[in-house]
Amino acid sequence: MPIDRRDVMKGALAGVVFSPIRAPAAIVSGKLPWSADAGAPPQPVSPGSWQFFTAEEATAIEAIVNRLIPVDPQTPGGKDAGCAVYLDRQLAGPYGKADGLYRDGPFTSGATQQGDQSPLTPAARCREGLAELDRGCRAAHSGRAFAALPEQDQDAVLSSLEKGEAPFDSAGSKAFFEQLLKTTHEGFFADPIYGGNRDMCAWKMIGFPGARYDYREWVERHNERYPLPPVSIGNPRGRGRP
Amino acid sequence: MTLLTASRRMPSTDVVIVGLGWTGSIMAERLTAAGLKVVALERGPWRDTATDFPTTYAQDELRYHIRHELFLRPAQQTMTFRNRSDQTALPIRSWGSFMPPNGVGGGGVHWNAETWRFQPTDFVLHSHLTERYGKKALPADMTIQDWGVTYAELEPHFDRFEHLCGTSGRAGNLRGTRQPGGNPFEGPRSRDYPTPPQKQPYGPTLFAGAATSLGYHPFPQPSGNLSQSYTNPLGVTLGPCTFCGFCEWFGCGNYSKASPQTSVLPALVRRSNFEARTQCEVAQINLDSSGKRATGVTYVDASGAAIEQPADIVLLCAFQLFNVQMLLHSGIGTPYDPATGKGVIGRNYSYQVTSSVKAFFDDRIFNPFIASGAIGMCIDEFNGDNFDHAGKGFVGGGYMGAVQTNGRPILGTPTPKGTPRWGAAWKRAVAENYLSSYTAATHGSCYSYRDAYCDLDPTYTDHLGRKLLRITFDFHDNELRMSQFLTDRLAEVVAAMGPRSLEKHPRTGPYTVTDYQTTHTCGGAVMGVNRETSALNRYLQSWDVPNLFVPGANAYPQNAGYNPTGTLGALAYWAADAIVGKYAKDPGPLVRA
Repeated sequence: MPIDRRDVMKGALAGVVFSPIRAPAAIVSGKLPWSADAGAPPQPVSPGSWQFFTAEEATAIEAIVNRLIPVDPQTPGGKDAGCAVYLDRQLAGPYGKADGLYRDGPFTSGATQQGDQSPLTPAARCREGLAELDRGCRAAHSGRAFAALPEQDQDAVLSSLEKGEAPFDSAGSKAFFEQLLKTTHEGFFADPIYGGNRDMCAWKMIGFPGARYDYREWVERHNERYPLPPVSIGNPRGRGRP
Repeated sequence: MTLLTASRRMPSTDVVIVGLGWTGSIMAERLTAAGLKVVALERGPWRDTATDFPTTYAQDELRYHIRHELFLRPAQQTMTFRNRSDQTALPIRSWGSFMPPNGVGGGGVHWNAETWRFQPTDFVLHSHLTERYGKKALPADMTIQDWGVTYAELEPHFDRFEHLCGTSGRAGNLRGTRQPGGNPFEGPRSRDYPTPPQKQPYGPTLFAGAATSLGYHPFPQPSGNLSQSYTNPLGVTLGPCTFCGFCEWFGCGNYSKASPQTSVLPALVRRSNFEARTQCEVAQINLDSSGKRATGVTYVDASGAAIEQPADIVLLCAFQLFNVQMLLHSGIGTPYDPATGKGVIGRNYSYQVTSSVKAFFDDRIFNPFIASGAIGMCIDEFNGDNFDHAGKGFVGGGYMGAVQTNGRPILGTPTPKGTPRWGAAWKRAVAENYLSSYTAATHGSCYSYRDAYCDLDPTYTDHLGRKLLRITFDFHDNELRMSQFLTDRLAEVVAAMGPRSLEKHPRTGPYTVTDYQTTHTCGGAVMGVNRETSALNRYLQSWDVPNLFVPGANAYPQNAGYNPTGTLGALAYWAADAIVGKYAKDPGPLVRA
């Protein structure tokens, strides 16, 4: 009995975003199941206003990603590269909700090598972390928010957060910093379809050609710089020869 | 034993297969060819190349690598972990050290396709090492043992798996005669690889030159990402690899990577005596009242209904950890008890000991993105027992080499030690070193120990209410000394490549589940010659339930210094032959205990 490929793909897509457990069962026999246009292409990041951050949080995040990845003459910083937008959409989506992760209790802290045992979702960790960052900044800097500080002070605040130093010496603030750093780097280097790496700026910075997929003519050209500019999965027209 | 009451009973079948990855596909192909009716149950979705990994968007590092789209989700099934049995195990809430697969094709979809044969001595490890070095050379708590099958017996089956896959490589030992350019340490092979080696990029080429200058014998890593198009004995055609650099964690869009999808399923699915049911999660193997015969399995379909599938033969073909868990849940075999050393289910859990050397060069362009999961040049001088271990303080070893798997930037932007993790200096270092740094690696054995095992967790359960599998595991001094030795030797070769600086990263303890190492989890339901120390006999048949076979890396009594899939494929063919040639004619135990 042939299966309905579309149903299966709806299931598979649901698996990505929600849970693979709910996808429909299918019986495959006699021939390979296949139907046209049944794939699940990535969903480009939606334009428009913040979906997760409040306006105040967004201001802080834009300042933070610009210190984690500062502007230089060749390449934009985290803000103009779109890292804050990336973080916003990720935190508003399945990643932010810890979708698919094991969430049953009891939640007990263990050894480092046993991995993260916090009941916090990434979204909750970020929200709490930003609130603590704001409180800490204002207490130490005459009531000023992170985004209002000069760059050196911003860097010092982030360093304290990274090292878990006062006033950020709760267990959660170090975890918040690690999450922030990891996801900011993700946004910078992921395909621009997800909101960061705008105009493939990070790929251009390092010389990564992105989604080209075919280097047969180049594998034995040793110690030579690959000449073609990067392409994104969101911009297939950019593929091929210049 | 019936733990779950089924609401519906399907018509009986000759064979039911739990899990449709590499071993399930191979077993299904062999048994349907022999005329048996086979039903395969797979808890994940159906997946095919054109629909699920098209070249238009398969190359998405965030979606497939970082967010694990092709993998099982921990919410559905995970394990608990601790280093030692006096600790409380806690659940692995998100994947780290290894990534269990999900869906049709299993790990065969997203592997790197490094296709090795274990060595002749690996299969008789305990006998060989005690004969050469004496019993006292082995640590008292080491529980390595012979497999019960020899390399010579498996050779035809290694050959079949390589010819199923179309593996690209160069023979080093053809029927006992050494071949130039191949691995001089490999066991004798009956014929050459089906396709020539893949072309090599700059880094592996430099590595090979450096290794040769030190007196070693570099050879191309055997690769399941094909150097040219190839039609296998089932009539299925694979295309040439394009070096896209999206191999491990990803499905291949070019039909170039050997997998159940590209090598078996198009032929298998046409057979009228084969049926696959996807999104059907097997909850338990059912036994009759004697406890010595499996009557079939009970699975839960997508609607949540529990359905019984009776069968004459049950093949447990899931991923290693889930095979062990299924045996424990189904009450098959005696669970291992580390206090007494008795019992076999969960015994001899092992892993893989990897390490690396990171090097930074001036004026070199490696183009790390021109990559396939298995291109690279390797040396095997320090694998297995290819070198004298006397006085070294350890046994075991591994291959090492420059294997250029990818240049994906989220996780692949190396910076020299001392570089800040963020800020202007970090950004500058990333930009400066991306094209001109190179990481070489060692891939070492992991032997088995009395205190490394799996059992059921007392606290945490899965979405079906079953107890999670509990892993108790840490690296032992033997393996850590081996890793230091291998890493030192590798660093000497890398130094001869002429870097500005290099950094050694030997494996150090304790084992952690947070950092990705490999998905080569092994053991827990091992094969062997003695039912006191193995769950399965030499044909992968359960000692306790003779109509149950459990092919997979669960059968490895300890892990060798190679990627495990070549041996996995050979064992699947070996077991299938035993079922068709022996068991089907005279059902019952194939080895009298």
